[in-house]
Amino acid sequence: MSLLEIENLAIALPAGADRQLAVENISFGLSKGEILCIVGESGSGKSMSANAVMGLLPEGVEPAGGHIRFHGREILHLTEDERIDIRGKSISMIFQEPLSALNPLMRVGAQICEVFEAHGLLTPAERMARAVELLEEVGLPDPDKTIRAYPFQLSGGQRQRVMIAMALALEPEILIADEPTTALDVTTQAQILALIEELRRKHEMAVIFITHDFGVVADIADRVIVMQTGQIVEQGSAEDVLLRPSHPYTKSLIAAIPGMKDKPDTGQTHSQQSPVILSVKNLNKTFSTGGGLFKPARVVHAVNDMTFDLHLGETIGIVGESGSGKSTAGRCIIRLIDPDSGTVRLSDVDLTALNGHALRMARSKAQMIFQDPYSSLNPRARIGRILTEGPIAHGVPRAQALDRARELLSLVGLDPSAVDRFPHEFSGGQRQRIGIARALALDPDVIIADEAVSALDVSIQAQVLDLLADLKARLNLSMLFVTHDLRVAAQICDRIMVMRRGQVVEMGPSAQVLGQPAHDYTRSLLDAIPGRHHEAAMRQSVASY
Amino acid sequence: MMLDGFKRFARNRGAAIGLVILLFVILTAILGPLLYPDSPWKMVQRPFLPPFTMDGLPLGTDALGRDVMAGLVHGARISLLVGLVSTVVALLIGVPIGALAGYFGGFIDDALMRFTEFFQTIPSFALAIVLLAIFQPSLFYVILAIAIVSWPPVARLVRGEVLSLRSREYVEAAMLSGQGTLQIITRQILPNALPPIIVLASLMVATAILLESSLSFLGLGDPNVMSWGYMIGTARTVMRTAWWLSFIPGVAILLTVLAMNLIGEGLNDALNPRLSRKSR
Repeated sequence: MSLLEIENLAIALPAGADRQLAVENISFGLSKGEILCIVGESGSGKSMSANAVMGLLPEGVEPAGGHIRFHGREILHLTEDERIDIRGKSISMIFQEPLSALNPLMRVGAQICEVFEAHGLLTPAERMARAVELLEEVGLPDPDKTIRAYPFQLSGGQRQRVMIAMALALEPEILIADEPTTALDVTTQAQILALIEELRRKHEMAVIFITHDFGVVADIADRVIVMQTGQIVEQGSAEDVLLRPSHPYTKSLIAAIPGMKDKPDTGQTHSQQSPVILSVKNLNKTFSTGGGLFKPARVVHAVNDMTFDLHLGETIGIVGESGSGKSTAGRCIIRLIDPDSGTVRLSDVDLTALNGHALRMARSKAQMIFQDPYSSLNPRARIGRILTEGPIAHGVPRAQALDRARELLSLVGLDPSAVDRFPHEFSGGQRQRIGIARALALDPDVIIADEAVSALDVSIQAQVLDLLADLKARLNLSMLFVTHDLRVAAQICDRIMVMRRGQVVEMGPSAQVLGQPAHDYTRSLLDAIPGRHHEAAMRQSVASY
Repeated sequence: MMLDGFKRFARNRGAAIGLVILLFVILTAILGPLLYPDSPWKMVQRPFLPPFTMDGLPLGTDALGRDVMAGLVHGARISLLVGLVSTVVALLIGVPIGALAGYFGGFIDDALMRFTEFFQTIPSFALAIVLLAIFQPSLFYVILAIAIVSWPPVARLVRGEVLSLRSREYVEAAMLSGQGTLQIITRQILPNALPPIIVLASLMVATAILLESSLSFLGLGDPNVMSWGYMIGTARTVMRTAWWLSFIPGVAILLTVLAMNLIGEGLNDALNPRLSRKSR
């Protein structure tokens, strides 16, 4: 008998939601020591079924039918008191955002001890000793000291390790991990995945791993469930699902994963011969924080002596982990942040020397596409206003600007009637298209895309990348593409610049940087890409169908 | 979006009750002079007539034989007028100061916030008394004094909102598209900061009504207008023999202020659904 059995589970959404049932007909089992991955895009209901197991459904969302059995005992309709006994002790959970999942005002050690306290186990001294052991087990350096740290003093990966330590405290039989590595850098993600894998082997723990990333699935899953709009569309062993997918949706998801060798090897020499459109020389930016009478300020060199030329029609990718200064570099170039020193020449104009009105006028030639499709559009402005404000500020008559807005909308694949609607009426991918249209409204020469596809689901990501590549070719745009995802960079960039702690460690044609990396850091980034070793096989399988 | 907000608002029973009371007070203020065309200062009967003892004078008469009901009805106008106008004036001072401080930061922020703190450190009621002691006690100056003591919280709130909104990506996009500072503040940032400002404003109306009443009670109000605070003030000497003279306008103040607070809370839940205290 399997450890956990879910049978025909259905969960009802409150009236007025986009569908009646968050999930329906969910049936699967989980055995001891098994890693089960639930994959799907946002809104597919993948987290909902896991939350139902823990009894953590949001307000207004109720189970509508089916069974969840743990060791053969029905746990779907337990009372809160009965649940507390299971939570933590038998089934525990880790979350996506380790910063908001930890109490910022409590030391790490105290938070781990709380788990024992809640179940009335051990004496205070024993709890502390056990906490140290746990921190050691999850691989935190210097557990005796870390135990006294506050969450903000730890990095994202370390926080996630603390979360895992808390989840492991009572040696649960099942660990539910809800996108535990999505907020982390690739190298940290690889470490956390290795940790989960190792703990599972040591404790014979069953793991339900919820993710949207097929690369992660390929790395750790024993069995895979693929979900789409609340239904399981395919389930089976990892090998079967990844290499012999039977459902078209699974195939399309696998095909949408940006691959390392997708970019046809053309145009590099061509674009490098074209004239230089953007020239950055010795760009520097430091941030200093804290500091006082007796304490030196902490100085971070976010951009350290950056120099490069962007040619007409070329795309340069700036890649690096969080905190590497890649976004700061993009913002310095466009003067959203004032650089400390260095020059940025756009065509013939030195952007760093301008101010006020002159800067506003010159900047129309360099526009930006932002990361978060939800905060990059003013929620209280109609799309028409969002797309025309820029041109109107540059003296274009309103009617003409509005005509142009309609044109731009069809250019990015949206209906021109969208001008009369508000941003919240669009999905994330559509909003990102609007963001692209806004960047194009001023007929820029250079576009800086700051993690422009990072917040999107893989299939949407692929569409937006295609759109960008298409627009770039048609309008002869030059682009700086800031991203943390090497696979995305491989797909769209002619040249790649790898940044680490403000320094450019390597720069060269994409194929060279990704194929024969010269720097150790680039190599470690490449190694950490999840699912890398299965990529070729996965690709072939989809292609052969 | 607006309709959703209204539904959420109406679902809150307290807010609905508040709205009914406020509508009643507003109707009284509008229709009052039609029902009681005579001056509320006119003596109509013998003094100290208790309520419900004579037809046509349902709430009796005060120490000088004036109709208490007429006073109450005319006072409603003054209370609402003072509450609304002084709040509008306070917003006109506080919003620009807060917006500039939040948007520009640095030296401008420091200067404007120290200026704001200067007003915040003085107890507002004491400051209002001092201001009215300097000016003549007319309705205009009462409103001005109340506005001057109540804008600092607005400035602080707006500054905080602007500070967090100005780093949003759509604001950066607006900068890049060549829009001027004024346009960015008024078109991109302030509309999104509106919900908490509306909530605060509704509570400020209540505070302003209380302040006006307190000032009138102390005899610092406009001596030519009949207000609820004035009625309580003149009745305080006869509190033990004719308690209803202070009790009745007191209840009117209580209900109006309560209504404003209920509405403010309802607005808060309706406009900031995510912060609603009822979730969970």
